[in-house]
Amino acid sequence: MIGIEHYLVVSAILFVLGVLGIFLNRKNIIVILMAIELILLSVNLNLVAFSAELNDLVGQVFAMFVLTVAAGEAAIGLAILVIYFRGRGTIAVDDPSRMKG
Amino acid sequence: MLIQMLAFYLFAFLVIASAVMVITAKNPVHSVLWLILAFFNAAGLMVLVGAEFIAMLLVVVYVGAVAVLFLFVVMMLDIDFAELRAGFVRNFPLGLVVALILLAELVLGLGAYKIGAIQLGEPSGVGAPRMGESNIESLGALLYSKYLFLFETAGIILLVAMVGAIVLTHRPPKTLRGHQNITKQNSRRPEDATVMKRPEVGQGVEL
Repeated sequence: MIGIEHYLVVSAILFVLGVLGIFLNRKNIIVILMAIELILLSVNLNLVAFSAELNDLVGQVFAMFVLTVAAGEAAIGLAILVIYFRGRGTIAVDDPSRMKG
Repeated sequence: MLIQMLAFYLFAFLVIASAVMVITAKNPVHSVLWLILAFFNAAGLMVLVGAEFIAMLLVVVYVGAVAVLFLFVVMMLDIDFAELRAGFVRNFPLGLVVALILLAELVLGLGAYKIGAIQLGEPSGVGAPRMGESNIESLGALLYSKYLFLFETAGIILLVAMVGAIVLTHRPPKTLRGHQNITKQNSRRPEDATVMKRPEVGQGVEL
């Protein structure tokens, strides 16, 4: 029988993979954004699993709001990425001192 | 029950495997495609617990919009991806340590729940699914009554994100180059443009 623990384990592994992805691809901001999407996906999975376990739909409502924020964050992040690339010709983000001002 | 278990393990394995591929793929285009697979399988996991609406939302919003946006940006920007992978091996040990610590903490929390140290809260009852109605009907009734203002706030967040993305990437049109004045072109006469000359034999023309 599949219980909530199975879902929590899958979601925890997904979250950790997302964090690992941020560390591994520190220069490539596109993959960093994808890793953030993975983290938000794991959170959504967690919310939905608890919502089903407790027989309460509020978790799914919250999952929908997380989805909304994730979509907006991806759009804004990619827009910033595009203008960063336009001005600099690369998307390497290993030199954060250039970001000031 | 057995089919549900098999489906769960299939979806769970595929979502984790594709997440691994997302963060390790050499080519970001492949990363995006693996991300799409991960979202599909996560949607399958959500269908298994009866959250059809969120699952469909995941497919529509993530696969249909966000992943395509990622793909569009990856293909539009002309980037040397080999250079961006330079720190991959160097960052691996630190990332692995942090990830393992995080995983250990999460597993500790799960273990504490398993032995009964953590009690789940009781649902208040406002979000209980209605009898005889589908997931989507119950969710809609909840969204348009108790969570109406939050729902509208979500819409405003999306609007702000859209306006922000447009404002950030919009370039004003260049008015100086390629400007065409139709009136000036139409009012141009042949005598303005050509000159009649009758040069003497053996002499050049001086304009």
